[in-house]
Amino acid sequence: MAEAGPVLDVRNLTMDFGGLRAIDSVSLDIMPGEIVALIGPNGAGKTTFFNCVTGLYTPTSGEILLSARGQRKRLNGLKPNHITALGMARTFQNIRLFPHMTVLENVMIGRHCRTRSSIFGAIFRPPATRQEEAESIEISYGLLKEVGLTALVDETANNLPYGAQRRLEIARAMATEPALLLLDEPAAGMNPSETRELQALILRLREKHDLSILLIEHDMKLVMSLSDRVCVLEYGTQIAQSTPEEVSRDPRVIKAYLGEEADA
Amino acid sequence: MGRMEYFLEIFFGGLTRGSIYALIALGYTMVYGIIQLINFAHGEIYMIGAFTALIVAGVLGSLGMPGYAILLLTLPIAVIYASAYGFTVEKIAYKPLRSAPRLSPLISAIGMSIFLQNYILLAQTADFLPFPNLLPYFDLPDFVGGILTSSEVTIVITAALVMAGLTSFIKFTRMGKAMRATAQNQRMAMLVGVNVDQVISLTFIIGSALAAIGGVLIASHIGQINFYIGFIAGIKAFTAAVLGGIGSVPGAMLGGLVLGWTESFATGYVSSDYEDVFAFALLVLILIFRPAGILGKADSQKV
Repeated sequence: MAEAGPVLDVRNLTMDFGGLRAIDSVSLDIMPGEIVALIGPNGAGKTTFFNCVTGLYTPTSGEILLSARGQRKRLNGLKPNHITALGMARTFQNIRLFPHMTVLENVMIGRHCRTRSSIFGAIFRPPATRQEEAESIEISYGLLKEVGLTALVDETANNLPYGAQRRLEIARAMATEPALLLLDEPAAGMNPSETRELQALILRLREKHDLSILLIEHDMKLVMSLSDRVCVLEYGTQIAQSTPEEVSRDPRVIKAYLGEEADA
Repeated sequence: MGRMEYFLEIFFGGLTRGSIYALIALGYTMVYGIIQLINFAHGEIYMIGAFTALIVAGVLGSLGMPGYAILLLTLPIAVIYASAYGFTVEKIAYKPLRSAPRLSPLISAIGMSIFLQNYILLAQTADFLPFPNLLPYFDLPDFVGGILTSSEVTIVITAALVMAGLTSFIKFTRMGKAMRATAQNQRMAMLVGVNVDQVISLTFIIGSALAAIGGVLIASHIGQINFYIGFIAGIKAFTAAVLGGIGSVPGAMLGGLVLGWTESFATGYVSSDYEDVFAFALLVLILIFRPAGILGKADSQKV
């Protein structure tokens, strides 16, 4: 691994909504190739944390630094598409595909920030444009193969079964060539066998694409077996950050979860 | 003239008119699809396209250029000029209001429309100006000669080519895909790396270009223009877009044609006084039975 420093370096991130402090001085770093899980009871600020990091919200204070694609950048205040171009991609808790586009088109949209062709290219179609398009299709097919959707390339996205939509969302995120992938409850609504397949997929993607992964997940079995490190949030503050084994023995974490047992 | 010939003449008249409505309606529907804004200044962009063409054609004509060369130079210049206006209007009047309540950009659009009308009124004139016929004249075979004119043929063919080009642009190209993605979920498009600002600008540029083409074609066909033509054409094209299902590209094309034929047949078989009555009665009827328009999707509301 060429970069010794963390891929993502979040320092004292704070996010206020009016008088409500949704995230209170949370720090988190993710090393290259690492899988980190962000857990906590509902309303702990996990998705807000994702929204700050991906540029949907501008944090009230704190630093977000991304080292990817050979550069180190401060992300605060950048637009989501700019952050994606810098090497970060995400999926959503409630799936957000482009419902009226085909499976292949959904993945190809992910290629948008890695391709150049302009409106003139689109009209006159010089060889460079055609080559870029061919490459884009090839890469997209490759990703669909990795997530096991090659049989459905021409299907409209909203016709896919639920599990396939989840995998398509991951393929679309991967098409942007991220160094860091953020997964928001990737196993939500999956049965145990689908969850096992998902786990294998995540590990394969990390292996093949030199990927770091930050995930929010409520399925503790998945969290414990997948993550290298776990960060626990409660009411917007970080109450623990350690290996899965240590976190599962931490009395504060146990207390936070016992109060919410029905949810966990 | 036989009844059949009369019918066909009206049919082709409606097709010509409908093609122009469709070209302008596309600008309304594309902008609405991307940012849910009724761009009331769109009709003015069409009018500015026609005025630009009038000036350029006048200059080139006085240099003694042949007709087809005038058309080939005038059309691109009008397109570029109108696109620059469309692009600028978005940057000045809509972009700063993108996160404002939806009524604000709408009012801004009406303001822009009035501003541009009055700007042309002051910079040019309030009178109708004669517009040279730039469309090529060619002899048609005898059996269609009484039914349609060579300008009608040129207009319909040009409009069809432009719309076919637009359809394949949206369907197949990288920017076309980005436009569709932005229309379906703007936030998500951003998150997968689409530069939404660029997509919005491109939408305005394309819409304005289509309106300018429509402006040059119809001004040549009718033979006169003034600063007010954008308002009338804008209302009609907007009606066509709603008729077809606003936000839907094929809907705008279909809506334009349906509106063109309705007006043409109402004029031809009833009276030209009732042209607009029939057009808007049809709109009301269609909206009663299909509130989202002929090809509109009712479930387009995002949560």
